[in-house]
Amino acid sequence: MLKLVNVKTFYGNIQALKGVDIEVSEGEIITLIGSNGAGKTTTLMSISGITSPGSGEIFFRGRPIHNMSPDKIVSLGISQVPEGRHIFQKLTVMENLHMGAFLRTDKDSISEDIEYVFGLFPILTERRHQAGGTLSGGEQQMLAISRALMARPRLLLLDEPSLGLAPKIVKQIFGIIRKINSEQKTTIFLVEQNANLALQVAHRGYVMENGKIVLEDSSDRLLSNEAVKKAYLGL
Amino acid sequence: MEYFVQLFMGGLTRGSIYALIALGYTMVYGIIELINFAHGEIYMIGAFTALIIASVLTLHGFNEIAIFVLASLAAVIYSSAYGFTIEKIAYKPLRHAPRLSPLISAIGMSIFLQNYVLLAQTSDFLPFPGLIPEFGFMKKYEHISSSAELMIFLTTAVVMVILTCVIKFTKIGKAMRATAQDRKMAMLVGVDINRIISITFIIGSALAAVGGVLIASHIGQINFYIGFIVGIKAFTAAVLGGIGSIPGAVLGGFILGWTESFATGYVSSDYEDVFAFALLVLILIFRPAGLLGKSGSQKV
Repeated sequence: MLKLVNVKTFYGNIQALKGVDIEVSEGEIITLIGSNGAGKTTTLMSISGITSPGSGEIFFRGRPIHNMSPDKIVSLGISQVPEGRHIFQKLTVMENLHMGAFLRTDKDSISEDIEYVFGLFPILTERRHQAGGTLSGGEQQMLAISRALMARPRLLLLDEPSLGLAPKIVKQIFGIIRKINSEQKTTIFLVEQNANLALQVAHRGYVMENGKIVLEDSSDRLLSNEAVKKAYLGL
Repeated sequence: MEYFVQLFMGGLTRGSIYALIALGYTMVYGIIELINFAHGEIYMIGAFTALIIASVLTLHGFNEIAIFVLASLAAVIYSSAYGFTIEKIAYKPLRHAPRLSPLISAIGMSIFLQNYVLLAQTSDFLPFPGLIPEFGFMKKYEHISSSAELMIFLTTAVVMVILTCVIKFTKIGKAMRATAQDRKMAMLVGVDINRIISITFIIGSALAAVGGVLIASHIGQINFYIGFIVGIKAFTAAVLGGIGSIPGAVLGGFILGWTESFATGYVSSDYEDVFAFALLVLILIFRPAGLLGKSGSQKV
């Protein structure tokens, strides 16, 4: 479904991605793990077209997207929940959700989808008329995921959804991620520093170091891999 | 008391114009954090367009109201086209350049447009027809205000209500607010940033054109330089109210208008600018972000 071929991305003179190859199949949950600064966020931003790759190719359902503008990429069915959630602080919860559906014109099914995300995260129903900036961290993460779902993505990119959240909330959010994958058949590309958690949810995983993929395997095998255990699982 | 009301109305009129133009500065700043120094020139071009169209229509014997409406409409369209084009030529190529570059480009654009109009038209003041119709019922209040002043205030009020509704309730308005708050995230939900920026320039330019037509037909003369002075004043109003804030621009415009009007009336017209800018300095000392501006903390 998604294929990155030898993607190299630069920030000015600094090369953040040094030839990344990743392949994601329809319906999968895959995770990209690695330490801070390894290039995980850059990988997602390259897919979304925010920082276009300097060279290499990205295909989505067979179409090259590495030269497309971010709004085109969204319209093809790729939504991202960026690191740090990036809620529109002064827009209400409802307005934030409507922004998620910005490219859609089917009014009726937009309201249906709002009901659907309120079903996933009932707390948002109570907060619907509050400004996004007044929500707690966990609620903001729920809103960020809901906003991304409002675009009805085929592929959902999640960047560090567990960051700074209480374990209870993290558990809830990861439960929802699984649910979205099984109920909506949404393919999920999960970037996490919490490798243990990520590998429990994902089917397959990639390990990234210094802008390169160094390891790729099924989650079970990565969880029992000695090197991964040592470097990322703290065992 | 009568004198006070007269000055109050005069200030309201000036304030309306400043507010209309300040909105353009503040909206553009809100979206791309650029002070569009060519914005005053848009206002000037609006006034010139209205003058040309009004002259042509007068020759063809159109009636007063038709001339006013058509000339204003032409000014709005022409100025919007200018605003749109200026952004594409002078700012868009510098989107990722250091922040000083587009600022210099803006100043260059301003000087270019002034000289272009100077060469294409003339350096002299041109008489501008009083396009605003006289209302019969204003006869009674002649000693304190005029039809033109009333019309300027009413038009400004209507335009602002429309603008507020657009920004609050339409999809484009929502996208503009979202873009101003978090540009990268707006892109991630599929907002075409270039389109939003263009629309912002078009709306700002249209407002400036309305201001240009109104004030020119009130004062009765224009030249190539009027945009510079009013532009600086409107920019002051925007900063006073808090640059980036829409209600701030309106508030700043009226405060500046009244300050000037009362300073002129009670002290001397020579001191009008002294009072206006002294007020700006005072407000910025006590509220560095402007009256309604966001405080300095940057979002991370």
